[in-house]
Amino acid sequence: MTDPVLRLEGIVKTFPGVRALDGVSFSVMPGEVHALMGENGAGKSTLMKVLGGIHQPDGGAIYMGNDVVVMAGPLEAKAKGIVFIHQELSLAEELSVAENIYLGELPRKSFGRVDWSTLAEKTNTILKKLNVGFDATTLVGDLSIANQQMVEIARALTVDARAVIFDEPTASLTDAEKSVLFDVIADLKADGVGIIYISHRMEEIFKITDRISVLRDGQYQGTVDTAASNEESVTQMMIGRKLDLSRTVSDHELGEVALEVRGLSCGDLYTDISFEVRRGEVVGFYGLVGAGRTEIAETLFGLRDPSAGKILLNGEEVRISSPADAIARGISLVPEDRKGQGLVLGMNCRDNMTLPQIDDLKAGPFVAEGAEIAIFDQYRDRLDIRTPSWKQQVGNLSGGNQQKIVIGKWLSMHPNVLIVDEPTRGIDVGSKSEIHKLLRELAAQGYAVMVISSEMPEVLHVSDRIVAMYSGQIMRTFTSDEVTEENLIQAISGITPGQAA
Amino acid sequence: MKPGKMSKMLKSGAIWGFIVLELVFFSVAGEFLSLSDKAFMDWENMLLLLKQSAPIGIIAMGMTIVMVNGNIDLSVGATFAIAAIVLLDSMTWPIFAGLGDWVIPVAWLLALTVGTVLGAINGFIVWKTGVDAFIVTLGSMLGYRGIVFMLNGEQPTSHLNWTLVDFAEAEFLGLATASWFLLAVTIVIWFLMAKTVHGRNVYAIGDNREAAVNAGIRVGPHIMINFAIIGFLAALSAVVFYSESGSVNPNDGQLYELWVITAVVLGGTKITGGAGNAIGTFGGVLAIQLLRKGLGHIGADTSTVNLVIGLILIAVLILDRQLNVKGKEELKV
Amino acid sequence: MATLTKHQIGSVLAKQGILIAFVAFMIAFTIANPKFLTPDNVLSVVRSSAILGVMALGVTFVVISGNLDLSVGSMMSFSTIVVLDLHDKIGPAMAIPAMFAMTLALGALIGFLVGYLKLNSLIVTLGMLSAIHGLTLTYSGGKNMDIADKEGTWFSVFGQGTALGIPVPILIFLALAAFLGLVLAKTGFGRKIYAVGGNGTAATFSGIRRARTVFLCYIMSAGCVATAGLMQASRSLGSQNTVGQGLELEVLAAVILGGASLLGGSGTVFKTVIGVLILGFIQNGLLIMGLQFYVQFVVTWVIIILAVWLDIAAKRGKLLSPIA
Repeated sequence: MTDPVLRLEGIVKTFPGVRALDGVSFSVMPGEVHALMGENGAGKSTLMKVLGGIHQPDGGAIYMGNDVVVMAGPLEAKAKGIVFIHQELSLAEELSVAENIYLGELPRKSFGRVDWSTLAEKTNTILKKLNVGFDATTLVGDLSIANQQMVEIARALTVDARAVIFDEPTASLTDAEKSVLFDVIADLKADGVGIIYISHRMEEIFKITDRISVLRDGQYQGTVDTAASNEESVTQMMIGRKLDLSRTVSDHELGEVALEVRGLSCGDLYTDISFEVRRGEVVGFYGLVGAGRTEIAETLFGLRDPSAGKILLNGEEVRISSPADAIARGISLVPEDRKGQGLVLGMNCRDNMTLPQIDDLKAGPFVAEGAEIAIFDQYRDRLDIRTPSWKQQVGNLSGGNQQKIVIGKWLSMHPNVLIVDEPTRGIDVGSKSEIHKLLRELAAQGYAVMVISSEMPEVLHVSDRIVAMYSGQIMRTFTSDEVTEENLIQAISGITPGQAA
Repeated sequence: MKPGKMSKMLKSGAIWGFIVLELVFFSVAGEFLSLSDKAFMDWENMLLLLKQSAPIGIIAMGMTIVMVNGNIDLSVGATFAIAAIVLLDSMTWPIFAGLGDWVIPVAWLLALTVGTVLGAINGFIVWKTGVDAFIVTLGSMLGYRGIVFMLNGEQPTSHLNWTLVDFAEAEFLGLATASWFLLAVTIVIWFLMAKTVHGRNVYAIGDNREAAVNAGIRVGPHIMINFAIIGFLAALSAVVFYSESGSVNPNDGQLYELWVITAVVLGGTKITGGAGNAIGTFGGVLAIQLLRKGLGHIGADTSTVNLVIGLILIAVLILDRQLNVKGKEELKV
Repeated sequence: MATLTKHQIGSVLAKQGILIAFVAFMIAFTIANPKFLTPDNVLSVVRSSAILGVMALGVTFVVISGNLDLSVGSMMSFSTIVVLDLHDKIGPAMAIPAMFAMTLALGALIGFLVGYLKLNSLIVTLGMLSAIHGLTLTYSGGKNMDIADKEGTWFSVFGQGTALGIPVPILIFLALAAFLGLVLAKTGFGRKIYAVGGNGTAATFSGIRRARTVFLCYIMSAGCVATAGLMQASRSLGSQNTVGQGLELEVLAAVILGGASLLGGSGTVFKTVIGVLILGFIQNGLLIMGLQFYVQFVVTWVIIILAVWLDIAAKRGKLLSPIA
């Protein structure tokens, strides 16, 4: 029996407060395409980072052949024949394809000159293997995303790759481009390379993979032969837990429509989006990265101009030109990236919280610091924010407390429409459930709330209705009675339901 | 075509179009406004133009590689002055008294070494402290100028060596020595950036530093070498210029960095790094020199020239920003 | 949370390090030359730092908002020349507001380019440095400016007068520092400047009009430069048209010395005042020791590099950079 190319045994990785990988074992055979599946947060990317030398495991070992190997860093991993094709491309756009493929390893002649002919020769050999439409001298910046991805793959082939890991490779590809990619994968397969394919897209997984391994909550759930399995059972493996969070049952009346969106589009980012949010309800938006949810939020907050469609606030059509405009109209956004977008880390807690309304908190020409502190105190108590004083620099707070500052900031604006993008990303379990409770309370108080989330239990727990998105489109809108984990996952993976929508 | 491509084509051709525009404008305007009888575009004038472009042009080649790498050097004017002083002064040093005219190459060597070392110091500080190049060279712009005064007092340093002057004033194949130096440096830097591993790595570092680092390219040595190069070229520029002029004032070279950066940016090099080349810079240098000459030809004085150069730099930035608008993909932040 | 992290200790050292070094300097200078710490000398230093200090106040706003202004030196030359010129043409009462208007217009232009067009402030203000220099030369016809009747004008009060026993320039500096300090620390505008400089994206996401804030900072800076020009013109009642040359570096050095980060988001008016004084005393100390003015250049160079280096090192926790 052949040895696996790669074998991970009992890998453990912990970060402060969370056990990201809990004894994961996983192996890849030469010439197989092995899918790695799991929900967001299941541990797939952490596992790959361990494999790629970006993280060191706290327990367990990696084997290649019979030897234990230690991946000290990305260059080491590459030297051992493990190659990554990441979601974010890492190329120098002003350089040619050949120079990118051999970045850092350009063949030399005397006096430090580049050996162009050898470079061209080696590059063309690889490009021929990949059967691509561009040549070695094209500038990478001039290529389409799909072709740029090909260049990344070509980089992989400069090494005698033994394992190639694809992380969501088809996110930005057309169908035609996807089939080119699959041909390349088939070729790699034929060369005996072991391929790990990370993706949520069921259709592709069942098309090109040989085996599927599933992670759930950092734990290894099992491996099945693709041919012997189906979407339902894989989905079951991915989510089959006892949900300790109850489903939402709305027990209050809904108010009028606070926000209505009709036929909203923005170039390639999202198309023909229509939905409404009433006072007293939480509408959850669920989908993969790149589905277009955040982009919709950005449009509603005036950060992005739509190319078509209408936005109506309280029944009136509006044009939202900037965040200041959105705020003036009563829209608040708790953004996805709390450190980069939600907070000024060098400022203290109070100042961060009162920033959007600083012009309204006046005592003469000066800021009414007493009123500011009162606002801080109010939301510190309401949200249970742990900080020794308001003078503490926000950058020193824990993730959960930082997020609460951002939420407090926007709640203190008493918004018409509250949009929350990834409310509990990277936050400890305790704060997570506090925030979930808060969102339900806000609905009960009559707020109109939009929640964008990539965590299934979260979106199921807090939403009255769920909008499932895939590739910039709304696939289906569920009420909380209709939704099940299975049909939700299917919707966001691009599978349209059998009935007409 | 992706949004940037049309603008890229426009931009690389633009500088030559601009030069043609200038030639036409000043020739025509010169007919009406010029004080002299000669036409603007006569052959001698153009050769003179090339020669006068040399001091700024030689340094600009060094600035090109530094800026493509994602750095900047504001101390070139002061380095220029120091090298000039070393050049002229060393020819009078007693140690070299017995050398006769052989002191010339020695003086050159000393000046060039000093320039290289000053550049390497900048590069080393940027590398090891992590302080941004513009702050480091903003500081050395002041510090090196202080050294200029320390060497010179507040008096000019002069020395005339007639052999040297003859050489500097000579012409080979119709071009002045200075012009030949400019052309040679342009070609060497072009070659370095387009055809050597060091040069291609410089583009990578400026374009996508993370990708370069992940590919194993060591950024530090590249920074230091580039700064050493520009230090060397600042000294070379001084050598070329002062061999002929024979006298240097402590304030010489002031604002050179502005001219050089303007020429480099005009020639298509991006301030953020990753794009630009020696040929484009050559065009930028010519365009600026043409502007100076042209304005002088129609009777404008130094102050107007300063004003116009400053405004042109800003205009280029605005144009560059306009042509790089990415459209729907960008957030309005 | 009671223990200080290594980062915090390092940062405290870095900030206080400058004060410690300064105290050491002062002691050394006084030992070397007792004349250094006499009331007369101290007053003289503060007074001659006043003009630079006023300019540094304005630049502080720009730096906190995350930008630079290299044009302040030539802008100051412009203001000085213009007000001297107009003094004899339309009288001091009209000349002063006219000069302010013109200087503010220049500041508005820069503010527009950097704030609204979002151009790189280093390059823009470098270009403006040259453009304004040219403008000044053109305006002055290359000549120096002098007021015809030096005795008979009240104009000299700004630069030479005394009120309540204190030289007017010092009063102006302190008053402006107090006023601007209040604006920065206690008003909504000041808060927004810190936000824009600390995290421009988050500021926008909080509804702050980033472009307008940056624009207004350049207006403030121009206003301070105009004041400095007034003080300078009034002091000597005549001036070369290159009087402000090189001041932008000294101003920047003072701001950096005061601990403002060139990345934006931190710094205060008070700290800048300290930086101005530190710089002034160091320069004076060197002068008293008989060292020529250019030694100051070298010393300022070393100070700038050290101050920024230590600041960055404290933030990342390591002395040397991680560049390979």
